[in-house]
Amino acid sequence: MPFVDYYEILGVNKNATEEDIKKAYRKLARKLHPDVNPNDKEANKKFQQINEANEVLSDPAKKKKYDQYGENWEHGEEYEKAKQARGRSANTGGQQFSGGFEGEDFSDFFGSMFGGSTGGGRSRQTKFRGQDFNSELQLTVRDAFTTQARIVTINGKNIRITIPAGVENGQTIKLKGYGGKGVNGGPDGDLYITFSIANDAQFKRAGNDLYTTVNLELFTAVLGGEITVDTMDGKIKLKIKPATQNGTKTRVKEKGFPVYKKEGQYGDLYVTYQIQIPTNLTDKQKELFVQLAALSQ
Amino acid sequence: MEMQEFIPIDNFCRQHGIEISFISSLQEFGLIEVMKVEEAECIPLSQLVEAEKIVRLHGDLEINLEGIDVITHLLQKVKDMQTEIQILKNRLRLYEVTI
Repeated sequence: MPFVDYYEILGVNKNATEEDIKKAYRKLARKLHPDVNPNDKEANKKFQQINEANEVLSDPAKKKKYDQYGENWEHGEEYEKAKQARGRSANTGGQQFSGGFEGEDFSDFFGSMFGGSTGGGRSRQTKFRGQDFNSELQLTVRDAFTTQARIVTINGKNIRITIPAGVENGQTIKLKGYGGKGVNGGPDGDLYITFSIANDAQFKRAGNDLYTTVNLELFTAVLGGEITVDTMDGKIKLKIKPATQNGTKTRVKEKGFPVYKKEGQYGDLYVTYQIQIPTNLTDKQKELFVQLAALSQ
Repeated sequence: MEMQEFIPIDNFCRQHGIEISFISSLQEFGLIEVMKVEEAECIPLSQLVEAEKIVRLHGDLEINLEGIDVITHLLQKVKDMQTEIQILKNRLRLYEVTI
């Protein structure tokens, strides 16, 4: 368990007055408050740290103990006494903010030294809603193509969720009431799940449209014909016009990605043709190409 | 039938330890919407999260209503821009090479 330097967290030196500490704390709180940094885990973490630092440094009894034994908290008789006194220490009024932020608990270091959060500040009485939880769920493009039933584990609790087909990379869904427990009988917080969808080697997605590149034999490109192309839900046949150029793009209507929460609606599939120049020609083939070249001049 | 839930203002104020006049000011600033349900002034449930956020900003950070108005506006702008960035990032993925 690492030592936590509360002075460093608040950016003040050890000789800082009560007023200096309060000022530094308020300045950082305005910057890092969860309500002005929504969905910013880093800011939430720092906010938690400054709250903890303030809880200690704004309370003369805790500050004294911290200054005396802080770095050597693991050793010494005094520390042991402090440990036994867990839960008996009283909050003498250091203000602590609410904000409904994540990870409300204090660090292990704080727990060992002071026996956990003593609470009692204004926020403890006024806090209403439970904290919101954030989670990330990894999906492949192919997963996102169909409606999925998944079980996610949040704080040891299994939650069964249905992910509608067509969900976007970076999209967040809210599960009301699946966050932290409400305080003083208030409603529970919400669970936010953000989807991270990995790229697919064969299909690229842009909104509801899909893009794919297929190889086309030179002879088919020149003479025209029919080819079979993979889509996300099976194979389709496409007609190739004679004299199709390399890089030609064709649109296949409604063979793209399902539109989120709109059953039966699909985006389009864009197929780009990449013409394959034949290699390892036989002598006969070479001869015919030479004849063809001569005819073309 | 769609059911809409409302939180009586006096109940909300009691829970958060604030004056009813504060809610009236929020309404005047257009920050929240207050409705009358059977003669009682109420906050629609859909605005509860926003109202609680405003109370926290005001109480925790001592920000006045003008400041809260600016913060709310800027946060909305940030949210819109984050959404736009996400859309653009998703479009850029089209040009990323997958190994």
